[in-house]
Order: sequence, then structure tokens, then C-alpha cells
Amino acid sequence: MIHLSIQKKLQGAEENMNLEAAFSVKEGEFIALRGKSGSGKTTLLRILAGLEDAQGEIIVENESWLSKVATLPPQKRRIGFVFQDYALFENMTIEQNLMFVQKDKALATHLLELTELTALKNRYPNALSGGQKQRVSIARALMKRPKILLLDEPLSALDPQMRNKLQNELLTLHKEFGTTTIMVSHDPSEIYKLASRVIELENGKIIHDGTPKEVLLKTQGSQKFSFEGEVLEIKKVDVIYIAIVAIGQQLVEVVISANEAKTLKTGEIVRLSTKAFTPTISHS
Amino acid sequence: MIEALQHIEFTPFFISFKLASITAFVLFCVALPLAWYLSQTRSRVKPFIEAVTALPIVLPPSVLGFYILWAFAPDSALGAFFEDAFGIKLAFSFTGLVVASCFYSLPFMVQPLQSGFESLNKNMLEASYVAGKSKFVTLFKVALPNIKPSLLTAIIVTFAHTVGEFGVVLMVGGSIPGETKVASVAIYDMVEMMDYTSAHIYSAIMVLISFVVLLGVYIFNAKQTRRFGL
Repeated sequence: MIHLSIQKKLQGAEENMNLEAAFSVKEGEFIALRGKSGSGKTTLLRILAGLEDAQGEIIVENESWLSKVATLPPQKRRIGFVFQDYALFENMTIEQNLMFVQKDKALATHLLELTELTALKNRYPNALSGGQKQRVSIARALMKRPKILLLDEPLSALDPQMRNKLQNELLTLHKEFGTTTIMVSHDPSEIYKLASRVIELENGKIIHDGTPKEVLLKTQGSQKFSFEGEVLEIKKVDVIYIAIVAIGQQLVEVVISANEAKTLKTGEIVRLSTKAFTPTISHS
Repeated sequence: MIEALQHIEFTPFFISFKLASITAFVLFCVALPLAWYLSQTRSRVKPFIEAVTALPIVLPPSVLGFYILWAFAPDSALGAFFEDAFGIKLAFSFTGLVVASCFYSLPFMVQPLQSGFESLNKNMLEASYVAGKSKFVTLFKVALPNIKPSLLTAIIVTFAHTVGEFGVVLMVGGSIPGETKVASVAIYDMVEMMDYTSAHIYSAIMVLISFVVLLGVYIFNAKQTRRFGL
């Protein structure tokens, strides 16, 4: 069990912000941390890892990591940390990267097998692709058999196929090791696939804490279909108005009324929903 | 010409390289923790330390030489202390020359190391801390091996700069043959005595050695860049 209750003053780009978060984590939970950039997600991870100081307390399995009287240094915390930019030791081979953390050949071999890196174990990080580097980074983080695995947007720099593959690998590793995991992620499908709980931050405060379904599915009432999108353009075609809205990677045209055309602005985030139709799904 | 080559006295070169090797070694030991500290600290004293470290670059060697000589003189506190406590005469001795060279070449060791450390990915160092490794282990196993080009530049440039110094060695060491007469001072003496043949040979040797050393550094750095993409 992990109890965390911390405060820290952050200097934002425009104004100072107070990071204030308190929550408990059960052993083996997979938590996704989401929120706009600058909301304090990464800082929260770094405080948990001991890479940044803060007020408050962190108790992990009855061991105090942070309290009024003492702060446990990162070296003693038994955490695994996966950085967005991999942060591999460039002077060591893949296998040495793992063995540097812990001289446990059996575990290193096992992790290299699980992450399909065995054939590359004698290469240097410079010779690997982004996806391979991130797999090394994840394997390296597990070498210490950490109590908590912290992942800071681990897959955001990768292309969709690689992301998908690594999501499955993370799931496999989580099943195998059962490590309590906290991952910063922006991708709703990733969160839905991996996490059992989502915590959403805004301006340093927790605004949502629940299952991915509760937090991510933005449908309300009887609406069956609902998307969030950004208005890119509003144009007049003959007598009607059409808004071009970007939903994820897709663009759609929506007919709007003259009144809506007046109130909507380009760049605005809107919700598109419909009640009275039944969508059909076909293979694309 | 052939005859002149046969009579050439190599002792000044030997003293120059002995002085440069010892200086580079001593400075490496001193500058490594200093450069590491400067690269990691956010302290307000950092600019002051950096400014003091860089002073020998901008000061005329005669200023540095004068202060060092003044401090080393047998009737000064420092000179007297070394004489009484260790029996070491600092002024006009090889030991004094080493100490003076260390001051003179300090920035050439500190600055490449510091900028090397500063260019390292901070997350890589943090990954090492998270892996349970102390700052000491991180410095030697992660930071240093990843700044090999800076490391080599620091050591070689310090070495070459010490071989190439003239003003400070002349003031602090004088020109005692076999003790403090280094190659650069020897050339000066030869020119003074209008022995141009020897001065030519000495100067040509200095140019050749310096060029080969620098070429070696640049070739090594180019290879490192290709291998690690640094």
C-alpha cells in the first residue's frame, strides 16, 4: 500500500502553481496519470522517485519515503523510472545497461527475452531504434524488482504501431511482475487498455480519480455517441453553415445553424454527439 | 646542419614533458571534482568560482608569475612555511614550477570537463541514481565514460598548454639548466645568444610535436562522434 500526500510550489510559465495531491495506491494497481502539460504530472512522478523534494509525506509499505523529518534519497527507494527520452547509459551495451542496475544475470536474460531484445544485447544504445531503446529502458527499470514502476510518457515519442506493440508488452510485464505502476499518458486508448485507475490533474490538483470508464467516457445522459473535437473552420455553403471539426486524426463536416455559426469560434473545443441513430461498424 | 642535430641537447624537452605530464595529472585530480561540482550545482557562488577559475586565461602571464613568485619567496608566509615544514624551496625550483603551472593551466582542464558534464543528458544521471548508484559511482561509471572527447581534450590541451607556457615558467622557475630550463625558455635563451640554428631546430620540433598531438585529438574525437553519435 502506498499513501501519498504532498504539496509543492511550482513556478509555472505564467504563474506560480501549487501542486497538491493526496491518494493511496493498492499493491499491483496500474494507474494512469493524465492532464494538460504543466499540470504537475511529471513533477508528481519525480517527487515519488525522490528526484525532487516536496512537503508532505509518502509511505510505501510502512516505510517512510518522505516526511517532515527525513527524505529518503532516490538511491534507497526501490523504484523503476522510465523516462520519455529513454535515458540509456550510452557507454554500455544493452545487457550492461541492465546489469549495471543489478548484477542478476538470470533476471536480465529473462527480461531481455520478454522484451525480444536477446539478439541485440551486445549492441550499444546508439544502434537501436526508438522502440527498441524504450524496451531496454523498461527492462532496465524492472531490474531492481521495484516496489513502484514510474513511467513518464514512455510511448509518446513512438509511432502508432510501435506504441501498440509496447502497450501489449507493458501489459505482459505487469502481469508477470505485478509491479505497482504509475504511468503518465495522454492517449485514452492506451489508458483504457493498460490502466485500472485514472487520476486526472489540473493546475496541480486532482480533478478526477476513478476507473478509465468513469473518467474517459465522456458521454452524458442518453447520448450514445459523443466526441470531443476542435473546430478548425466555419464556412458558409449556399444557405447553410458547415463546421469542420477535428476529432483525433479525423476531420468531419457538421451542419450547424446560423446562430451556432455566430457563437462558435475556430480553435474552440466542442463536443459532438448524436442521439437518434445507430452506428454500424465495418472493417476498415 | 647534421652536426648541429648531433649536438642537440634534449634535456629542456625532457623537462617540458615531465612538467606537462605531472601538471596534467595533478590538475586532472583537482579539476575533476571541481568541474563535476560546477556542472551540478545551482548555488549562487558558482559564477564566482567560474570567474576565478577562468582568470589565468585573461591575465598576462607576468601578472600570474609575479604573484606566484611573491607568494613563493622564502620571506613570504607560504614560501617560509613550505621551506620549514617540508624543506621544499618553491621559488626557482621544479616543484615550484609544477605548482605555478597548475594555476596557469587550471581553466584548460576545468572548462572542457565542465562543459562535457553539462552536455550530458540529466535523465541519464538520474536513471543511475534511481538504479541505486551513488554520485561517486555515477561520476565514474556513467558521466566520465560518456564525455570521452571532452576528457581527452581537457588532458591534451592542459598538457600542450603547459608545454607551451613561457612567461610564468621564466618568472617562477628562472632558467636553471637541468632543473627549470624548459624548451620554450631554452629557445628564448638561444635567440638571446643569437644561436639561430639551435633555435630553428628547437622551434621546428615544438611545432611538429604540437601538431601531431592536436591532430591525434581531433582524429579521436571524430571517431567518437561517429561511433556514439555524441
